[in-house]
Amino acid sequence: MRPVYMIAGGITKFAKASPRKDFRYMVKEAFDQAMADVPGLTLDLIDGSVASYFSDHFTRQLMAGIMVHDYLGLTPKPSKRIESGGATGGMCIQSAWEAVASGRMDVCAAFGFETMSHVNTWKGNEFIALASDTNFDYPVGGFYTGYYAMMVKRHMYEFGTTEEQLAAVSVKNHGNALHNPYAQFPAELTIEDVMKSEMIADPLKRLDICVMSDGAAAVILASEEMAHKLTDKPVRISGVGTGTDAMRMADRPSREVILLPHENAADYKDLKYPGVHSFRGGRTAAKEAYEMAGITNPLEEIDFVELHDAFTSSEIQTYEDLGLCKYGEGGKFVESGAASLGGKVPVNPSGGLLACGHPVGATGLMQGVFALWQLQGTIGQHFNGDDTLQIKNAKRGLIHSHAGTGTYITVSVMERGF
Amino acid sequence: MSAEQRTNPVGKVKLEEEEKGAVLYNVDPIIMKYHYEIDYMHSYAQDSPFFEGLSKGELWGSKCPVCGSTFATPRGHCMNCGAKTEWMKLPLEGKVHTYTTCYFGSQEFLAETPFTLILVEWPDVDTFFLSRLLGVAPNEVKIGMPVKAKFRRLSQFKPTDVYFVPSDI
Ligand SMILES: [Zn+2]
Repeated sequence: MRPVYMIAGGITKFAKASPRKDFRYMVKEAFDQAMADVPGLTLDLIDGSVASYFSDHFTRQLMAGIMVHDYLGLTPKPSKRIESGGATGGMCIQSAWEAVASGRMDVCAAFGFETMSHVNTWKGNEFIALASDTNFDYPVGGFYTGYYAMMVKRHMYEFGTTEEQLAAVSVKNHGNALHNPYAQFPAELTIEDVMKSEMIADPLKRLDICVMSDGAAAVILASEEMAHKLTDKPVRISGVGTGTDAMRMADRPSREVILLPHENAADYKDLKYPGVHSFRGGRTAAKEAYEMAGITNPLEEIDFVELHDAFTSSEIQTYEDLGLCKYGEGGKFVESGAASLGGKVPVNPSGGLLACGHPVGATGLMQGVFALWQLQGTIGQHFNGDDTLQIKNAKRGLIHSHAGTGTYITVSVMERGF
Repeated sequence: MSAEQRTNPVGKVKLEEEEKGAVLYNVDPIIMKYHYEIDYMHSYAQDSPFFEGLSKGELWGSKCPVCGSTFATPRGHCMNCGAKTEWMKLPLEGKVHTYTTCYFGSQEFLAETPFTLILVEWPDVDTFFLSRLLGVAPNEVKIGMPVKAKFRRLSQFKPTDVYFVPSDI
């Protein structure tokens, strides 16, 4: 395998609805923004693309991937579509990474989109819930917020995690987004605002849950030679990892914790794992990515994280899967301020899914774009001159993409390559 | 095209007009609404005996004859060793492993809200079973609470043919 770099990225402003631009146009806008950052890159230098979108139901258009590839002017070059639920975007970046790492391509474009505004919110929830077992799960009351609510109920039972700790994630991420011009739902909130928001599925309230969006994002990956030719600020993707778990939450077993290098089996003597309180796929993905990137103590060796916070609970559970703290300490971790801007390892400095929005196929790519700009030190340049969210001297970041109840999870480590 | 149509003067060739028109929300850009739905032939295939069991007031899970893994939600093959599983009858009493009450939901279930979802656990079974819990106020549900299965008299051949209630009801 050869080294792979991310050299440019672009993103549309996520919105509740974007009726003036269809999915092709939205991707084109994000793609052109990426291209504008690397003026030496012309279409003929791009060897192929990977498309990311989650649901054909939202688009009501099969083979939408090729329509975008065509619209971008990339035919007849190679392209394919990746689909892995909520993790589709992260998986798309990894697929493009594979194309370059293997030597098949020198430059590969990865793009993603979702247009969720074409149906009402409850129908949208139904489409999303169809990504649960349609024999045993969906008909019982298919609703993803309900599934995650059951998972965090068990987390609260095992570890004493509180609703206020969940709310702290919402306050942090919505607050960060006040300085992100691409975010759909920036807001200055208090713990009380979140606690008083409408109950959706106990204990998850409206402000614990991300919103549905229309949006697109794109990144360009390149070999070492092409990266250095095209930009003076390349960012290396130094580790990729993917994990999975059973589609049915009910099928999750009780085993021993998969340990990271800095952990001991004694830390988890009586913990049944993963049960439904933790995401074994997230831990598996982190372990693989850390091994490739040579990370042995993530909290000390990672400067920031953009992770999949479709629910505030998932962010807390994911701190633990990534080994930023021990299993069971996620609630205290957010309370301590460690995940805040200026903390030990800022998590979701962009505002995450909670505040930026979650146009599923674009989401993992959005994380790639924001992580790229952090590592390039170009947040201010891309955020209309506001560099509040720029993490000073960020050298290494992590992006994490996650599908329904932890079925597919990707972790990619990115580091400054200049 | 019929011979008659072919010999008609061009001026008389026309696409038939439709009466139903379009539902427009906007013209700049044009946003229109249309309805779509389908009939779908679904087969429960290897899971069929489970649904047949519900119609007889029985709850069936799976057991692996090779490695001994047990599954409260049935599966045709073992997720731990790949062997074909056997059917295993489950006790009708279990405990709440976790729960939530949904106040909103997908469109299909919106009218049924609020409803309580639980994962049921059994002491000697490795995995859980998703169901609804009835007969208890949301704030009275507890992890570890004993629950018993009840069955619809008129089977719908859906997993909601079984539901749970507190054991002491
Ligand atoms: Zn087995």
